[in-house]
Amino acid sequence: MKCIGIEGTAHTIAAGIVEDKSSKCQVLSNIIKIYRPKQGGIHPREAANHHATYVAEIIKESFLKAGIDSSEIDLVAFSKGPGLGPCLRTAATAARALSLSIEKPIIGVNHCVAHLEIGIGTLDNCTDPVLLYTSGANTQVIAFAEGKYRVFGETLDIGIGNCIDKFGRSVGLEFPCGPKIEKLAEMGSKYIELPYSIKGMDIAFSGLLTASEQFFKNGERLENICYSIQETTFAALTEVTERAMAHTEKDEVLLGGGVASNARLREMVETMACDRGARCFVPQKDLCIDNGAMIAWLGLIMYKSGLRMEIKDSHIDQRFRTDMVEVNWRGK
Amino acid sequence: MENNKILYRGAEAEICYCHYNGNPAVQKRRVKKRYRIKEIDKKLISLRTKEEAKLIADSRRQGVSVPIIYDVDLKEGIITMEYLNGDRIKDILNNLSENKRNKICNMIGESIAKLHNGNIIHGDITTSNMILCNDGIHFIDFGLGEKNGETEAQGVDLHVLMEAINSTHSKYSDCFKYVIDGYSKKLKKDASQVLKKIDEIVKRGRYR
Repeated sequence: MKCIGIEGTAHTIAAGIVEDKSSKCQVLSNIIKIYRPKQGGIHPREAANHHATYVAEIIKESFLKAGIDSSEIDLVAFSKGPGLGPCLRTAATAARALSLSIEKPIIGVNHCVAHLEIGIGTLDNCTDPVLLYTSGANTQVIAFAEGKYRVFGETLDIGIGNCIDKFGRSVGLEFPCGPKIEKLAEMGSKYIELPYSIKGMDIAFSGLLTASEQFFKNGERLENICYSIQETTFAALTEVTERAMAHTEKDEVLLGGGVASNARLREMVETMACDRGARCFVPQKDLCIDNGAMIAWLGLIMYKSGLRMEIKDSHIDQRFRTDMVEVNWRGK
Repeated sequence: MENNKILYRGAEAEICYCHYNGNPAVQKRRVKKRYRIKEIDKKLISLRTKEEAKLIADSRRQGVSVPIIYDVDLKEGIITMEYLNGDRIKDILNNLSENKRNKICNMIGESIAKLHNGNIIHGDITTSNMILCNDGIHFIDFGLGEKNGETEAQGVDLHVLMEAINSTHSKYSDCFKYVIDGYSKKLKKDASQVLKKIDEIVKRGRYR
């Protein structure tokens, strides 16, 4: 079975085609285009305009790259949420148009669950992980328990990527700030004490952001601040992930989301996993960031489990929670 | 039981069996984490050990049953305390008679009220963190606790227990009602404010 997935929750508009081969995921193509605001943060309408401009091109390219014709597709999947309304609507509209024109069924999927399922689908021996999902807007620790994907910990205020981007912008860096801050952090050596805020399995970052901006204003070396931001926030993320692993008694951890590209975060989670005798998995980069292949893969396994969606029900849900997803493609 | 036998290994600490002046005791040892830099590791371990020991002592002053603290080592992050020979509420609650179960829940509520009367937030009130021993319910693991008298924090504290009861004792989710009965009776301020907070917290969840 072949499925095309269209992703459009935030900055990224993407289309990917996947096929299932003995219940593993084969990615045939994965085309990604990212909206980069000239200044400031993301403006939902402008991002949606960007997506509307490029979505048709990207879909065509995904067929071309996969080397198949649209008639060979069996299913169209799209990101139903959570995300920014205008962006979600643009991707969903494109998915509906495609579904109607090639006369193939449509299915809307949860973006956060897609990040987890693509790991299981593409990585050997990754079967039941705790996912540390870190991106601009989302920071969640997700695992399967009692019939559903449940959120065991999440940010109480802003996402970790958002925290890093906001700090980066305040010191004059351009979007995306993550890679630049990672480079600067490598040159830092002095640890500056920043707020470390964990409540149970939840985390907060806004206090750390304010403190970091203050240190910069007071003339602290940028390299040292970046180093301290990474060390503090990533240690907190690793700690809540470990708590969720202990609580759910799972011995696999999976990374997902744009921030998972950060080598220091990966190193910390790998060390934690190693010390508990657990295994750490990271999908290849284009499957880690927002992408269409993961949407396609989740759509495919949901459809195979018997789930169906009518065009009239293919609406979006900006506040689509991870634990709202009915999971009937996995055992108990 | 042998000394140094690990009774429980959590994400943050290990609980080991030992003896202190001839009495059976346990040590809660916070484990060094290789993934974080030394500066953060040292700070967290010593701060949390200190806070936890203080909260346990404060709780006793409020009349809540807690293990007796024998020794605190801030540098190594070790609290040595009384060994409680009893059962975790988590393991026994589902097997009790209805009458006994409701009575226990009532007592749990009363104890939480006493904590809150003393501005103590436990931070992780689940049935795994309560031990029934000598007919009293002992609260353990104050590792996520804090001193805070705000209604918000008290609501969050009870909300954690509500979620724990709903997931671990889902057949007996009316248990929470009995907890609230006991809580309302013993709380010095009007409990209805705290109960209103719980509703608010449920609705507040991200994307909800």
